[in-house]
Amino acid sequence: MGLREALRRTSRRLGASLGLISGPLDDETAEELTDALILADVGPGPAEELVEKLRERRLSAEKPGDPAVELARIIAARLPAQPPDYAGPAPEIHLLIGVNGSGKTTTAAKLAKRAREAGRRVLLAACDTFRAAAVEQLELWSRRVGVPLIRHAEGGDAAAVLFDALEAARSRDVDLVIADTAGRLHAKRRLMDELAKLGRVVGKALGHEHPFRSGLVLDAANGQNSLQQARAFLEIGLADEVILTKLDGSAKGGVVLAVGAQTGLPVTWIGTGEGPDDLEPFQPQRFAAALVGANPDKL
Amino acid sequence: MRPGAGGGDRERLHSAAFSANPIPSNMFERLTERLGVLFKRLTGRGKLSEDNVKEALREVRVALLEADVNLRVVKDFLKSVKEKALGAEVLNSLTPGQHFIGVVKEELTALLEGAGDKLNLPKPATVLLVGLQGSGKTTTAAKLARHYQKSQGRESLLVACDTRRPAAREQLVRLADLIKADVHPRKPFTKDAPGTAREGVKLAAAAGRELTIIDTAGRLQIDEELMVELEELEAGLKPQAVWLVVDAMTGQAALEVAAEFHRRLELDGVIVSKLDGDARGGCILSIAGGLGVPVRFVGTGERPEDLEPFRAEGLAGRILGMGDVVGLVERAREVYDEKQAARLGEKMLKGGFDLEDFREQLVAIRKMGDVNEIMAMVPGMRNLAAGTSASADGEQTEVELRRSLAVIDSMTPRERRHPNIIKGSRRRRIAAGAGVSVARVNRLLGQYRQMAKALGGMSGKRGRRRLKQLGIDPRSFDPADLAGL
Repeated sequence: MGLREALRRTSRRLGASLGLISGPLDDETAEELTDALILADVGPGPAEELVEKLRERRLSAEKPGDPAVELARIIAARLPAQPPDYAGPAPEIHLLIGVNGSGKTTTAAKLAKRAREAGRRVLLAACDTFRAAAVEQLELWSRRVGVPLIRHAEGGDAAAVLFDALEAARSRDVDLVIADTAGRLHAKRRLMDELAKLGRVVGKALGHEHPFRSGLVLDAANGQNSLQQARAFLEIGLADEVILTKLDGSAKGGVVLAVGAQTGLPVTWIGTGEGPDDLEPFQPQRFAAALVGANPDKL
Repeated sequence: MRPGAGGGDRERLHSAAFSANPIPSNMFERLTERLGVLFKRLTGRGKLSEDNVKEALREVRVALLEADVNLRVVKDFLKSVKEKALGAEVLNSLTPGQHFIGVVKEELTALLEGAGDKLNLPKPATVLLVGLQGSGKTTTAAKLARHYQKSQGRESLLVACDTRRPAAREQLVRLADLIKADVHPRKPFTKDAPGTAREGVKLAAAAGRELTIIDTAGRLQIDEELMVELEELEAGLKPQAVWLVVDAMTGQAALEVAAEFHRRLELDGVIVSKLDGDARGGCILSIAGGLGVPVRFVGTGERPEDLEPFRAEGLAGRILGMGDVVGLVERAREVYDEKQAARLGEKMLKGGFDLEDFREQLVAIRKMGDVNEIMAMVPGMRNLAAGTSASADGEQTEVELRRSLAVIDSMTPRERRHPNIIKGSRRRRIAAGAGVSVARVNRLLGQYRQMAKALGGMSGKRGRRRLKQLGIDPRSFDPADLAGL
């Protein structure tokens, strides 16, 4: 499913109120627009700010342009810029973290497939040793996408799996290790400590000169709680980017704005379906345009 | 060598620490606090006018939206609150603020009570679990089997009909083994979901199982093909109940999702999963208010036992704690004498809060009445209650309070004024004197420090900001007011 199609419902609703605007923004339209943004999970505060900004622009401009394009520009400007490509020593380590059911395992498989197809030597690490059959799930995926997997028995030590994966990566000349971790609700101190510890173990094993990246996997259907999730994972120093999953037609996706603007975390990938190829790189401009239904070429 | 200290994932199976509270302790807490502050501000004012109601409604609106309650439901809710708040005569005995709180309270209670509904699942019964991907259907299936086994002695057959997600069947088998329930199919299958479901129901009947729980593949409510498949499955099985599993963190979409599943399958209930995090659970209000489908269970953890029947009282009580902030302040005024309050307030500001003051606080809490009720009302006190062992039980809390007092009473006056000097041997002496363990003494000291820290925050620049958040003007601040908080 393409991005525009995935955000069609949201953009249609926003488009309905944006279509009413010709000159300056009147109160009634402003309210409708705010409501549409709230319904897209942008959040009440950010929604009002966006609309206020649009109002100002239209007042200050001599000849206000297409309101959808203007709003898309305002939104895109708030989304953090994309991080540079990994430039550290091989192998690159990509840890996937997030709450239960956000889509870490599926995302790991999709990322692995994409990297393999791009000609990289990839290894998957099944570090979710907690959830029943999580290892099997990743194993099935690994066969489906043709990427080898390092696994232990269920209930094993997550750090030990990662350790083995690192060793295997070095001996097999692998340049990317994608590690799936157990889902955990961010409000659970103990589980977060555990993850922080996993992070330290990886860091130590890799050495100072060797950075690693952790992608926070967020379910696009989640609402304002996503912000809490991002903050909690940031707090333990383990979120470098956001990967937004299940952006496939019903989810609103607006929460990316709140998360991006308030935590500064860049969004790198979006999952748009259940298939192994349903993953796209995130592009702020394109996303903003699709969200409000504007022509991306005009941004 | 391997870092053995690494991922302690195994510990989780044995740890009960994170689900000790019957009601997730932070659910609705922030909403409660927010409204509490707002209503406190409202009490001082003369009359409920269109203007100040508007401001209050705005706060309620933002709070509900931030809790992910659906905008449409929020609007309806505010509309009826407004009508009732302005329309009704304000009773003489009530301040306008109390009146407004009363209205919000009533409306919220009505909504939440509508969300709960007595559930009598016939014997035998087939339950169909449906929902979006990752909402928690498989885990919930196992939890339900365990719940009915423990509470009614019903044995279940779990049927794995999620043929799409890799290893979904293995997950269900693993969970079934954990709770010693039967599962079908035991071996990997190639059958279609409807065939497997039919087989499962037949097998359950033959084996005399009184409950058949069908786990289905996650799907989007707008995925026409998969929704039709589900409709056909439902039509063929004629289950006694179709339950939608919803992630407690779901945003504005919760209502649309539930509405579409309801339109096609006529839902008999909703199960809200992952309520043990800090999700405010706004989706409960969205679905209850927007759809009227009752919430049957809530998931409060990852283990099979972490499932509880939905209780409106529990939830309403938490939200309604906000309404009682006002009552609490008044009750607190009755028990504190003015001088005492002023002195305590002074100490809070200057940061000299010692164990004598802590003792006074504990005594005051006891005097105010039902300890448990009070604990639930005061945001800061909730930690104190959580620190005691079985805080769900009022009597237990009373005992804990008495024990705390005994510990303080076993200290010398110097120790009470300078808690920092209480080291190892003093702790042992105090513990012996109070007839408790040293750990209990440590816990009390921990609680004291926690409170001192919280109150210490009232002084200086940060404190002024906090006061503002509490709706108190720092310039005209009377320390006596603080004692009531």
